[in-house]
Amino acid sequence: MAPSELFSVLVEVRLRDGIADPQGATIERALPALGLTGVSGVRAGKSFRFDIAAPDRDEALALATVVADRLLANPVIEESSVAVAPASLAGSPGPPEAAA
Amino acid sequence: MAPRVGVVLFPGTNCEYDAVQAVQRLGGAADLVWHGDTSVAGYDALILPGGFAHGDYLRPGAIARFSPIMDAVGRFAADGGPVVGICNGFQVLTEAGLLPGALQKNRGLRFLCATVAVRVETSDSVLTAGVPVGAELRIPINHFEGNYTCDERTLAVLRAEDRVVLRYVDNPNGSVDSIAGVCNEARNVVGLMPHPERASDPMLGSVDGSVLLHALLRSAEPQATATVA
Repeated sequence: MAPSELFSVLVEVRLRDGIADPQGATIERALPALGLTGVSGVRAGKSFRFDIAAPDRDEALALATVVADRLLANPVIEESSVAVAPASLAGSPGPPEAAA
Repeated sequence: MAPRVGVVLFPGTNCEYDAVQAVQRLGGAADLVWHGDTSVAGYDALILPGGFAHGDYLRPGAIARFSPIMDAVGRFAADGGPVVGICNGFQVLTEAGLLPGALQKNRGLRFLCATVAVRVETSDSVLTAGVPVGAELRIPINHFEGNYTCDERTLAVLRAEDRVVLRYVDNPNGSVDSIAGVCNEARNVVGLMPHPERASDPMLGSVDGSVLLHALLRSAEPQATATVA
């Protein structure tokens, strides 16, 4: 078996386009009360961080995508994006890539 | 022999005794079934009651779907056994893929606790057999995530196949097409957000929920001799 490396994963889960987001809408309506105008299209979501040990980045990404699709997101109303980076690099895996 | 109903208890379920008592008041037998069990043998019908299974962590029903009992619930449903999910139980059944759609946060982000009117839309389900279409029932709702959602294709199928079981008379939570309850293709699995067990005694202000639970017990009778799962 190939030696495995540790990867940091960031999964972002958000409601699909067209699915009403009462939480995002409520946040958006609250902004003018702070005097903050010009903000639109607020959508609330969730993010998850975890580590995966895998031989390479592709395998880590494949497993992370399964985790996102089968548990973290409900495909009926949500979609997810997955970002994977070697854990040895300091900091976060960065912004999620295109939808998984 | 009275039909025997298994009431599935997850950690965080909180309506299990209401369901047991409502069934018993109608002459049925009822037991609690722990979520860690792997068999529902001996039951003629199953109820997944309301509450917050596994704390509603991640999403309501998202973790409950992996409870050991759910394989047995799935087999029982596949064999035609009547299964009813009430409130959180409805959420569990959608997450488990036994019913279509999903329940998301109420429009307006309010937790709703009120007695509402729902209309029976089909008599062809284990929860509404013998109940006339158009009957209006007053039953409490008690939820934050009861806003029924599905894609347009699923909605078209539900309508075409007469699988919308209950609709709100006055949509309280933003549910698509005012849907309060749906059934599966075989019509033996029903999920609904209203709590019929909380409208099962005059002391509770309404007995309209008994109409549905009575239909469930009637639906359960033909299975009484079969041993399932």
